[in-house]
Amino acid sequence: MTRHALATIGRATFFAVVLGFFSLPLLWLASAPFDAHPSITTSLPEFTFGNFRSLLDNPYVMSSLRNSLLQAAGSAALVVVLAALAAYALSRVRVPGRDALLYVLLLLSSVVTGTAAMVPLFELATRLNLIDTHLGVILTLSGGLLPAAIFILKDFMDGTPTSYEESARVFGASPLQILRHIVIPLVRPGLATIAVWAVANVWGSFLQPFILLRDPDKSPGAVILYTLYTEGGAPRLDLISTFSLLYSLPVVVMYVFVSRRYGFRFHGGIKR
Amino acid sequence: MISLSGLTKEFPGGVRAIDSLDLEIRDGEFFALLGPSGCGKTTLLRTIAGLETPTSGNVGIGGTDVTGLPPGRRDVAMVFQDYALFPHMDVTTNIAYPLRIKKVSRARREAKAAETASRLSLSELLARRPAQLSGGQQQRVALARAIASRPQVFLFDEPLSNLDARLRLEARTFLKRLQRELAVTTVFVTHDQGEALALADRIAVMNAGRITQVGTPSEVFHRPADPFVAGFIGSTPMNLLPASAEGGELHVAGAVLPLPRDIPDGPLVYGLRPEYADLSQSAPVGRRDAFSGKVAVVENLGTAHLVTLESGDLLIQVVVPEGDEPAVGASAWAAPRPGRALLYRDDRLLTGA
Repeated sequence: MTRHALATIGRATFFAVVLGFFSLPLLWLASAPFDAHPSITTSLPEFTFGNFRSLLDNPYVMSSLRNSLLQAAGSAALVVVLAALAAYALSRVRVPGRDALLYVLLLLSSVVTGTAAMVPLFELATRLNLIDTHLGVILTLSGGLLPAAIFILKDFMDGTPTSYEESARVFGASPLQILRHIVIPLVRPGLATIAVWAVANVWGSFLQPFILLRDPDKSPGAVILYTLYTEGGAPRLDLISTFSLLYSLPVVVMYVFVSRRYGFRFHGGIKR
Repeated sequence: MISLSGLTKEFPGGVRAIDSLDLEIRDGEFFALLGPSGCGKTTLLRTIAGLETPTSGNVGIGGTDVTGLPPGRRDVAMVFQDYALFPHMDVTTNIAYPLRIKKVSRARREAKAAETASRLSLSELLARRPAQLSGGQQQRVALARAIASRPQVFLFDEPLSNLDARLRLEARTFLKRLQRELAVTTVFVTHDQGEALALADRIAVMNAGRITQVGTPSEVFHRPADPFVAGFIGSTPMNLLPASAEGGELHVAGAVLPLPRDIPDGPLVYGLRPEYADLSQSAPVGRRDAFSGKVAVVENLGTAHLVTLESGDLLIQVVVPEGDEPAVGASAWAAPRPGRALLYRDDRLLTGA
């Protein structure tokens, strides 16, 4: 009996410590922006909205969130459209060496946008006149996300029976009609997953926009966050915490919206 | 009318699913493609639909050669084994889908869908999604969708196999009546001989990519063209016993039977349905025309019993009416009814014996 109780207490303590470990940063994120004198410790704030006012005095803050939104939405759209078409083709057409191709792409994708490829990427972007453009950032980030997106979506497409499409074909539907009427609605949860994942990835990207963009007017949030230091190099914790809160909100809202709207469900209709 | 000539389908890897096959299916006919799994019957159906391209040979529908046409331009409708109802569309939208492809206006196609649905008593279910329907209702929606496209030919892939046993019987009767009313040429695939016999006007029995016999259910049942068909048709498998013709007599499993006149001496296969023999538990006196053996197994079929006799190293099955079943291990004699047995030589039907 006592051993049982001890075990319960031990387990509870362990989980409390782990929970605290993960929740403290979140608590900091919730309290520090409203604290007149934030530090790196979490404490009851000396309540103020002053941090928001001084943050908005920085001319790049709001535009950086707009830039993040633009780059994330652009990359997500590009990745979803291209990955859906590629995954559909790869899933339905027999190509010799298809699986090997996918694995090589997946392997290379971590190299393409990785730190190792930054110099050639910069060189390439310079020659294509894509330095300091949103398009340059979008193309680079999309290129890195595409292989994994294709890989995941192909799995989704493999999981949907071909008889849906064949049925539509017998009724005379064209390939594009089949894609629009049947395949896309069926893999919509997969597309939503890819879109959310792409947005989250781009939202957090620092290195590529940092290197490819010169003009702070075009920099996304991740890069602007890096500029919130005093001239002496000390972090402005009031600005950093406030900006972090603003910066994380859109992603949270997106998650909630997507899971409400699309939910990850499947209706059935194939008799198994 | 559907006419197939010299149709061959070879899959990559060299598997011949269909092997130079010729077949004519008449207008308005309810036609069954029957065979064990892997015999090529589904591939044949898909080739008629245009979902598979034949390696060689031609497919004709209604007098035109459609071999090179895509499925959508062959004027056929197919009901898939899994029904393939679009899960994200409600029943109305599903039934109206073929009309949507034909660019019929929304109002017209919804009216048409409602009309077709009421014919199949689906009117209450129009707003439901496929996942909210029972198996039988899903099947009717799939049929309604096929009917709504007003095709020249219906193709059904195992139409009843996804229903539970009791519903299957109901659906079978329903399907047969529907086909009569619509009078549209219908080809269906099944591995269930009972289904083929019950539904079809004519049956093609397939084995290993070839058609072994085409005929009415009665022809196929009573005069199977070869031992394969004989063993495949019938709810209890036919007894196929090695036999020989010697000097005007037929020797089978220890019994001596009269031999039809025009059969030369030599080895034969003797085929007898378990239903066409009578079992007695007392030795026949002065007669040699019954198979004798020990009762090895008795299987209850409900209104009858299937008795397996062990005669030497041969097994002979006999259907015995209720109440007459012997005890396991007892000696018994099975006498074939005259004129009911079939004789095969070199896999070809010679004549009834």
